[in-house]
Amino acid sequence: MLDERMIGERSEFIATKGKQKQSLKCDADSIAGCVSQRACVYCGARVVLNPITDAIHLVHGPVGCASYTWDIRGSLSSESEMYRNSFSTDLKEQDVIFGGEKKLAASLDELVEKYKPELVFVYATCIVGVIGDDLTAVCKAAEKRHGIKVIPVQSSGFAGNKSAGYRAACDALLQLIAAAEGKGAALKEKNCINYLGEFNLAGEAWIIANYLREMGVSINVAFTGDATYRRLKTARQATLNIMQCAGSMHYLAGKMQEKYGIPYLQVSFLGLEDTAASLRSIAKALQDETAAQKAEALIQREEGKAKAAIDYYRQKLLGKKAAVYVGGGFKAISLIKQFREIGIEVVMIGTQTGRQEEYDAINRLVADGTVILDDANPAELERFMVEQGAHLLVGGVKERPLAYKLGVAFIDHNHDRKHPLSGFAGAVNFAAEVYATVCSPVWSYVKEQGGGCSE
Amino acid sequence: MNDELKHCRNVNENPCNMCMPMGGILALKGIESSMVILHGSQGCSTYMRRHIAEHFNEPVDVASSSLNEKGTIYGGESNLKQAIDNVRKVYEPKLIGILNTCLAETIGEDVERIADSYSAQQDAASPLLVSAATPGYGGSHAEGYFFTLRRIVEQLAEPVERHSKVNIILPNLSPADIREIKRILQLLQVDYILYPDISDTLDRPFLPRYTKLAQGGTPLADIKAMSGSVATIQMGMTVEDKYSPGQYLADAFGVPLYNIPLPIGLKNTDLFLECLQQQAAAQRVPLELQQERGRLLDGMIDSHKYNFQKRSVIFGEPEIVYAVAKTCLENGLFPVVIATGSKTTRLDALLRSELAASPDECTILNETDFAAIRQTAKEAEAVIAIGHSDGRYLEERQGIPLIRLGFPIHDRVGGQRLLSVGYRGTAVFLDRITNTLLEKRQKNYRRSLYETFYQEATEERRGDQCD
Repeated sequence: MLDERMIGERSEFIATKGKQKQSLKCDADSIAGCVSQRACVYCGARVVLNPITDAIHLVHGPVGCASYTWDIRGSLSSESEMYRNSFSTDLKEQDVIFGGEKKLAASLDELVEKYKPELVFVYATCIVGVIGDDLTAVCKAAEKRHGIKVIPVQSSGFAGNKSAGYRAACDALLQLIAAAEGKGAALKEKNCINYLGEFNLAGEAWIIANYLREMGVSINVAFTGDATYRRLKTARQATLNIMQCAGSMHYLAGKMQEKYGIPYLQVSFLGLEDTAASLRSIAKALQDETAAQKAEALIQREEGKAKAAIDYYRQKLLGKKAAVYVGGGFKAISLIKQFREIGIEVVMIGTQTGRQEEYDAINRLVADGTVILDDANPAELERFMVEQGAHLLVGGVKERPLAYKLGVAFIDHNHDRKHPLSGFAGAVNFAAEVYATVCSPVWSYVKEQGGGCSE
Repeated sequence: MNDELKHCRNVNENPCNMCMPMGGILALKGIESSMVILHGSQGCSTYMRRHIAEHFNEPVDVASSSLNEKGTIYGGESNLKQAIDNVRKVYEPKLIGILNTCLAETIGEDVERIADSYSAQQDAASPLLVSAATPGYGGSHAEGYFFTLRRIVEQLAEPVERHSKVNIILPNLSPADIREIKRILQLLQVDYILYPDISDTLDRPFLPRYTKLAQGGTPLADIKAMSGSVATIQMGMTVEDKYSPGQYLADAFGVPLYNIPLPIGLKNTDLFLECLQQQAAAQRVPLELQQERGRLLDGMIDSHKYNFQKRSVIFGEPEIVYAVAKTCLENGLFPVVIATGSKTTRLDALLRSELAASPDECTILNETDFAAIRQTAKEAEAVIAIGHSDGRYLEERQGIPLIRLGFPIHDRVGGQRLLSVGYRGTAVFLDRITNTLLEKRQKNYRRSLYETFYQEATEERRGDQCD
């Protein structure tokens, strides 16, 4: 019955480990009418750039695009709160007919006069791409007029998927980094690293900065968690880039290596195993024996504490089954390992924008029979959660009510969460959250009523 | 943050409204066995689904024609038809609403023609296709909501024999509010067609079996029959004629239209009941409702001193803002700022006559944003705000407590359970306000009285100790 209602074109994007030989299809446009969980190019650009705290984020387009993205992320700032505003040129019918360039220029003038920013990002939305406003020219003119940095972000919604937006954001960042001039701009400092693909959700960049500080390593600037224009301009001073969210930052890391000779290292601070491994590999990449020793001491201390706390939850959770549907592949890979740490096997796993090599890694990690999906939709999530007997789903806001309606527990692993899941502290939080949702008394009433996916 | 400077004219700074297709989705979610396709790029449907899911805590499936570069250049007809095929296959809806987003509208997609050409090739069992042009730059979600409702009746209503039902057309309310309105209609024994009805579709009970399409919504047969009703009661005082489904039914089928305010507040609820009695030959007001009215009045007396002369800020969709402003005036919570992100020509005139009774100056902001609302609220020394969650900076940065009402509620749980209409709803709504004011007072009165009066005495005592 369920099979009859599956969409044929989607079959290449779904695989079961151990059953198929050919690899999963991914990195393609969403199929019309499939109710994809993905957003658009603009969304990809906005999530990456928005945590730059002292910038003005101006959305050039109708008001909706600014409205739906206003301060919905959990990125924290140690200084400016400017990024928590959502500015829009609020294009109306007349502007669409006659072009929006004048309104954009006037908006920039007003914002500069009112807030005296040093940096403005101007995001293109669908309409801008269609009516052909010359964003670059308007931004350049405003830059000249006001003597500040005004960076166009080419993020017209239809020009690809979220990944294209990541790239547009990286291009904007590259412009910004390249613009930093003067002798000091590229002066390398010892053990000074950039942290790419970290958005300081619930202070996660601060947690990792504390660990690194203890090792004698300093974060020059995080891209883009709690970042400021001043810090971003110094990006070339780093001796190493570490990269967490590869989906959004792989391109930038590559470009920075090519242009400025800064090598990069993939890290993950989700779960005990990955956190420890990442700290070790940073010390190794920096070829710093002292840092390596300090890392060992830190790992031993923090891991010990965390394990003691996690053990309690592990005993309660042993044997449960998890379904995972997240944005990027890196997070998915870490989650498989992190779930094992708390005694849980992942039985369904998918992403919105995972890349081929990430799906290969996922395939290697998961047990036989695990369902792997790219660009899934609610109907598929429902089907596989039920078929696989998942006890919980990891996802974002849209997925949460679906899990609950199926009688399945839920973990928020999205940009809007307000609690950290990174590092040793985050690993304990994660275990505690899984326990809180999986072992809540509410499911006993659900089962009593004949609901719930499994058991 | 610099709050001293005036509101920019070219920039919208923290929007107080969403865009047209959002309203269209909400309207279509109140139709039996329906699905929505947004004709445009993928992001629109995902962002709007996210927003709606967060408010209602319900799964919200909305499809997209996922227009990419190719579709944008060469036209999106094949994408849209493929989307319809796929939605039919997975959801098996009876009706598919197709909303044109700003992208599709700008490239000149003729959705009506595409829908007709699709329908022409299908069999009798295929779903009804209805379309509405709801470009994001065309208006706010409030206009998109009513316009979509109008488009649906334009396309579905057909001449039928006169019957005894009355059309009740609702603005964007919470499921709890809609259930309360249904209860009142039942108590008055009114035979009605409620349009739209999200009370079940966006507030589903937990059931052992999950279904992709929720039960409930206005039955399609009812929508078709709206043309034969004795009257239309539309809670749409602020709705322009071109967006008004009630106006269409009056113009096309001669169904008498009575626009009334949302029944929030004592007088607005009275008006609703009076209107039902006159137009729908309702029973006299049953004892149950009379008692509820008495309890509301009793509650208003209980609260009156705490509320009187408290300056309020009200913002949101025009129809809600109008009813809430009247309710505030009834309770001496004199509005000093009344604001909406929508463009409406009617709200201002409606409010002016009501505000004549208020001793405080009130600024009415039309097509505004939160930068202007915050600035005006600050200048007017407002102490309480009433509106949706996007006004949370009033609380966070201005220290003005926010009573959450309307859509979206994304920073609290239970947007779907917020009850504010009818006598019962008004009573709990008023309690939410009064208790917030009381909480503030009880938190602060010891310190504030100490700081105001104790200083001199302290110095005297210090002097005593020195002697």
